[in-house]
Amino acid sequence: MDIHEYQAKKILEEHGIKIPTGAISYSPEQAVYRAHEIGGKTWLVKAQVHAGGRGKAGGVKVCHSESEVLEAADDMFGRKLITHQTGEMGKGIYRVYVEGAVEIEKELYLGFVLDRSTQRIMLVTSGEGGMEIEEISEKKPQSIVRCEVEPAVGLREFQAREIAFELGIDSSLVQQLQKTLMGCYSAFRTLDATMLEINPLAITKDKSIIALDAKMTFDDNALFRHPKIAELRDKSQEDPRERNAADRGLNYVGLTGEIGCIVNGAGLAMATMDTIKLAGGEPANFLDIGGGATPERVTKAFKLILSDERVKVILVNIFAGINRCDWVAQGVVDAMKNLDFTHPVVVRLAGTNVKEGKEIIKKSKQPIIQADDLMEAATKSVQIWQNL
Amino acid sequence: MSILLNENTRVIVQGITGKLARFHASEMVDYGTKVVAGVVPGRGGEKVDAIPVFNTVKDAVKETGATASLIFVPPPFAADSIMESADAGLQFCVCITDGIPAQDMIYVKRYMMRYPREKRMILTGPNCAGTISPGKSLLGIMPGHIYKQGSVGIVSRSGTLGYEAAYQLKELGIGISTSVGIGGDPINGSSFRDILERFNEDDETEIIALIGEIGGPQEAEGAEFIGKHISKPVVAYVAGLTAPRGKTMGHAGAIISAYGETAEEKVEMLSSAGVTVAPNPAVIGETIASILN
Repeated sequence: MDIHEYQAKKILEEHGIKIPTGAISYSPEQAVYRAHEIGGKTWLVKAQVHAGGRGKAGGVKVCHSESEVLEAADDMFGRKLITHQTGEMGKGIYRVYVEGAVEIEKELYLGFVLDRSTQRIMLVTSGEGGMEIEEISEKKPQSIVRCEVEPAVGLREFQAREIAFELGIDSSLVQQLQKTLMGCYSAFRTLDATMLEINPLAITKDKSIIALDAKMTFDDNALFRHPKIAELRDKSQEDPRERNAADRGLNYVGLTGEIGCIVNGAGLAMATMDTIKLAGGEPANFLDIGGGATPERVTKAFKLILSDERVKVILVNIFAGINRCDWVAQGVVDAMKNLDFTHPVVVRLAGTNVKEGKEIIKKSKQPIIQADDLMEAATKSVQIWQNL
Repeated sequence: MSILLNENTRVIVQGITGKLARFHASEMVDYGTKVVAGVVPGRGGEKVDAIPVFNTVKDAVKETGATASLIFVPPPFAADSIMESADAGLQFCVCITDGIPAQDMIYVKRYMMRYPREKRMILTGPNCAGTISPGKSLLGIMPGHIYKQGSVGIVSRSGTLGYEAAYQLKELGIGISTSVGIGGDPINGSSFRDILERFNEDDETEIIALIGEIGGPQEAEGAEFIGKHISKPVVAYVAGLTAPRGKTMGHAGAIISAYGETAEEKVEMLSSAGVTVAPNPAVIGETIASILN
């Protein structure tokens, strides 16, 4: 689960990391009021969306007067911000963070990730902050300093010191950086984060180390033990189709094609999408209805797929392991009888009780097109879609 | 031989009183698996379908001589259960539980390092379908009847794609030595590399099928290992060619976040290691058959 910059900054502040004075606002007028409260002469007005690359997309404005703050905020509110991370749909701006500007001397990069190779928490830093990490690793790979955290003892102070010296910062700042690193690790570890990024982490002209931006992602599987984090979920930042599915306990990812997929199992669901593509079509979605695909779940899945206006053809691919094909077939037939739609439906059943399942579909007299294997199912779906 | 489990494996089920665990325990008994005990704290002395229940894994091991465990414990407590079975001296553990926090798994992996390699429990999963040596023993939630006994070793992250492969092979009259599900989580017990190494040493396995997907470094690591150390033919399929970057595709671990994690890159790495890659999931069986003949 992603959270906003201002929320991440608040968490980091609680863990001893310095952040610029700032405040959240929900309207342009409030943004001006916040700027006034903060004081000073220069402010940053920052769109709060769950995506990186805001600066280049016009989501961060530097303002030198309160009227500029109003103008900048007014321009942002209600608009969709499209960055290279949001996709073409963009993300709506409903909150704006106003922050007092600081004078920067040097920018660092700081990130914590769950490293899947070492199966440990990994700290990644660079003296070349400001750029995205992908760009740093491409242009200045030698500037990156990594450090693996031993889970039994956590990040040690000597490791933080080593990094500080390796980044070549002024020795008077080493202790401050050490405190920042230790604080970030503690936030990452205690709150079950999967990603924490401060970019840039700035050294200011008055020799203070301060987080100018902050991004945190949390492990969905650990939210049960962090109710305060779970409350930070912002549904306005999610794809409406995905939000709809998540609220119904279905595993769904919206795509841009017109062939809707209903599949059991995540691997098979991905494989189904791939096969559609191979057959010359484009999948509208990823959907895993799970191993125990009850008729009710099948109906739920049909409702979800039908709520996507792009979908023109529906492909159901079920490998019945523990459940039975006859049961799933009944679910498909029920959904077609009870829901009002005219989309062509292609069904491929395999596994337990496949004969009985196919028989149920045949006898139902519903206009269901059957296929024996995945390639045939995909090919038939694509042909139907092309001839629509 | 077969790997990881055989007809002599004595199995305990942790969390056996749950509905799902109880169902699968009885399915395993029907298949012929020696399910000797269940473990549920506070329920020791009870019986579930004639299987005795113990309070701790150590009690169960002491009384029944169990050597392997299957975990159905809910996500908040599952990591603890894995450590418990590791500490009780079991040889093999399959964790079915989906939804264990990733950092809990970091601690599990670290904890297991305290045992010397030869005494260290082999963990597969979490979030996997289990392992089966057809005709001998089944430790998991897969449908036993779709597996025929034979000489293909399967290792898969996805459960249903593993079924798909087994089913296609059975239709072609080809059997399986062992099929191992390593699970869809980002931090898991055994990697492709770990299982490939075992298949390479197994007399019964003639050919290996590797079924991967987007996300994580384990296919790349597997490809490198195949290139250097595997003498048997390997067939692979990688799911997720159409998966968008940065989105979690059902499995917590199925997310493209770094270089080398897309399906295309993985196919490329496997191909250059000499692996025959099936172009689509419908031909995994045929691809294996063409090499076997």
